Amino acid sequence: MNDVIDLLRKVTPDLLQGTVVTLQITAVSLTLGMIVGLPVGVGRVYGPGWVRRILGAYVTLFQGTPLLIQLFMAYYGLPDIGITLGRLQAAFLTLGLNSAAYQAEYLRSALQSVSEGQMIAARALGMSKWQAIWSIILPQAVRLALPSWSNEAIAMLKYTSVVFLIAVPDLMGQAKILSSRYFAPIQIYLIVAVFYIVLVGITYLILTWIERRVRIPGLTSGTE
Amino acid sequence: MTAPILRIEDVHKSYGNLQVLKGVSLTVQPQEVVVLVGPSGSGKSTLLRCINLLSPPTKGRIWLEDQDITAPGVNQDRVRQRIGMVFQEFNLFTHLTALGNVMIGLTKVRKMRKNEARDLAMFELERVGLADRAHYYPAQLSGGQKQRVAIARALSMDPHIMLFDEPTSALDPELTGEVLAVMQKLASEGMTMIVVSHEIGFARQVADRVVFMEGGVVVEEGPPQCMFKQAIHERTRAFLRTIEYMRHAP
Repeated sequence: MNDVIDLLRKVTPDLLQGTVVTLQITAVSLTLGMIVGLPVGVGRVYGPGWVRRILGAYVTLFQGTPLLIQLFMAYYGLPDIGITLGRLQAAFLTLGLNSAAYQAEYLRSALQSVSEGQMIAARALGMSKWQAIWSIILPQAVRLALPSWSNEAIAMLKYTSVVFLIAVPDLMGQAKILSSRYFAPIQIYLIVAVFYIVLVGITYLILTWIERRVRIPGLTSGTE
Repeated sequence: MTAPILRIEDVHKSYGNLQVLKGVSLTVQPQEVVVLVGPSGSGKSTLLRCINLLSPPTKGRIWLEDQDITAPGVNQDRVRQRIGMVFQEFNLFTHLTALGNVMIGLTKVRKMRKNEARDLAMFELERVGLADRAHYYPAQLSGGQKQRVAIARALSMDPHIMLFDEPTSALDPELTGEVLAVMQKLASEGMTMIVVSHEIGFARQVADRVVFMEGGVVVEEGPPQCMFKQAIHERTRAFLRTIEYMRHAP
């Protein structure tokens, strides 16, 4: 038992540093994913045919290939065409664009589940199509997409662990370094697992709180 | 005779091979209340959607006041601001309170300031007797209340004409009265209205004219007392008998 406490004392500072990096990558990727995913999701539903096809291809590309390959392409592949990214930049870009594809899909299905009558009523009031999308359809769709978006946020927190493969010192990257330093991989990976689960738990609580805050009677997905 | 507020001339509407309207002509005078009746599939609702350009006619022309709204290059959003529409399924905006529903057209379309819009929206809610429900969400309102909010929402845009697409058909029978009362009040205030409805009592009391449609054309039209007593066409008589019977049926 003393061994474990001793080890914890030694590795915690580094793991906390890794936690900061993990949270940073998660936050940036989710934000970038939102900024890109929102127009992609809207364009997938309301854009003209050619826009829908291009965005569909983008989503298929990022959903249909392993995240790790996307990361390697961004970090090792892009320099071949003259674009050199730092480790963190490559991580942000890959995870952000990957998340955008998923977020766009969640938003798309939410947009499609808003009843058609909402658009018709908005147009009948004299709103333009885009005004109706922005003021009437999106506020409803975003609320409907929130539960799946929460899952995406939690998944992202764990997906970020792939970045240790391009030597980003996130939580997982620290685990790898520490486990070879102290020759105690099992113990250290277990400690890191606990770190992740605590992060996920906190994130879950925050998101549930937000969901409750923005809930509107009669506007929920699923059976409630 | 004053200039008509709405003039529909030989309007056709097809969806692919399906011809729904086959040449409808109709003229509506200011402050007139026209009740459209006819069997389902006769094209009544489609005609309303043509009038406010939600699905523009494939052929024919429609004049709203002095403007040919079917002419190419017409700003359809502008036209719709002058035409209020009330739907069978209410279509209230789910994420907004009753007040929010009535305000949003004012702030987003008429670009009114929030305070101003709120006051006007409250006034419209009072008109339909729902000021005390201003902060309820649609899911917290009864069907009749929802429809009255929908009427207030349409009225907020200060429309020149109101279209009602079976406004009471989705309501439980005991809730239709409150909606019809609001509509009757509107009519008495001089609102021009086209109402698709099978409410015979409403048609008798409020309508200036009853128009019978079948198979995408206007079969017959006239003042309610004539139409209900001595319609010329056997089809009209048969249909009116049926809805009258339905009304008295348990």
